[in-house]
Amino acid sequence: MGSLQNTTEEVLRLASEHFKVPREQLAPDDDFFKKLGINSLQALDLLTRIEHHFKIELPDYELQGVSNFRTLAERIQLRL
Amino acid sequence: MKTFQGKTLSWRITDGVIELILNHGPCNEIGLAMLADLEQFVAALGTLKNEAHALIISSARSEGFCAGGDLRELFRLSQEVSGAEKLSGLRNFIERIHRVMNALDEAPFTTIAAVNGLTFGGGFELALTCDLIIADKMARFCFPELRLGLIPGFGGIPRLNRDLGNAIVRDLVLTGRSINAAKAQSVGIVSQVTAEGDVFRVARETAAQLKKFDRDTSVAAKRFIKPIPHDELRREIDIFCELFMRPAVEKGLRKFVESKDALPYLP
Repeated sequence: MGSLQNTTEEVLRLASEHFKVPREQLAPDDDFFKKLGINSLQALDLLTRIEHHFKIELPDYELQGVSNFRTLAERIQLRL
Repeated sequence: MKTFQGKTLSWRITDGVIELILNHGPCNEIGLAMLADLEQFVAALGTLKNEAHALIISSARSEGFCAGGDLRELFRLSQEVSGAEKLSGLRNFIERIHRVMNALDEAPFTTIAAVNGLTFGGGFELALTCDLIIADKMARFCFPELRLGLIPGFGGIPRLNRDLGNAIVRDLVLTGRSINAAKAQSVGIVSQVTAEGDVFRVARETAAQLKKFDRDTSVAAKRFIKPIPHDELRREIDIFCELFMRPAVEKGLRKFVESKDALPYLP
């Protein structure tokens, strides 16, 4: 199981690649809705990509109130 | 007719396959307009069956197959009437939906739902009427109705009960969580998961395979394997209508409608 830091970095990279935002413009404490310019539909798309990448199942209700990459990574880490 | 263009969908026949394509922004929500087009389609099934051996239902929207009932329209219409008139209007709508879903479920050829993206609520229920569900790897399935104080009302629970073990039905309905296509395949909802963007091609390949078999034999097999759960479907209509009249539903619908998110699909 990788570290939280590694997980956070992988989430940032996934988000950067998929939503075409340069990696250097994203930071762990950024609000991903605002920074990526996405709505909840696209957030579900990101969730699917996260589930595939980390090979986990992450119920979307666990993301209630989660809006930054760091907290998202913490939720993922708990499932690894 | 071999081709049709409605307000919310179109169909055409290609190589003996009816391709019914949903295309109504934002995500093929099922309201009165789509219901009317679907009614027109099922009315044509008797004629179409002479020219086709399979049906593929798919979406032209990148957002998804279908996000479910048109909640904005449902809220608006429910605010215009009250009491007995509201209840009778709702029941009339739901019964029309069920007639369409049942007609698709027992269509006289093998049916395939080729789903992508959001396949939620009524959209999931539409897919469940089909004999096969083929899913893009990015598709997500969900019954979010409990968030609104409702249960799925377009035939979802009886059809899920027909297809799956009760535990996963409870998980999906009682948590309202969405699951991805891989998970949906692992529990038996989805028959094939495709690469991203490839679902329609795979659906066509599958339909081509179906052409090899005698259609009447396929239909006899399908009807033996997949009976329509009529009693349970009627009971679902009763429960849905009863729940809808509760204040919690108006509150849930209002929250959805007033959301600043154009597509408010997170729990």
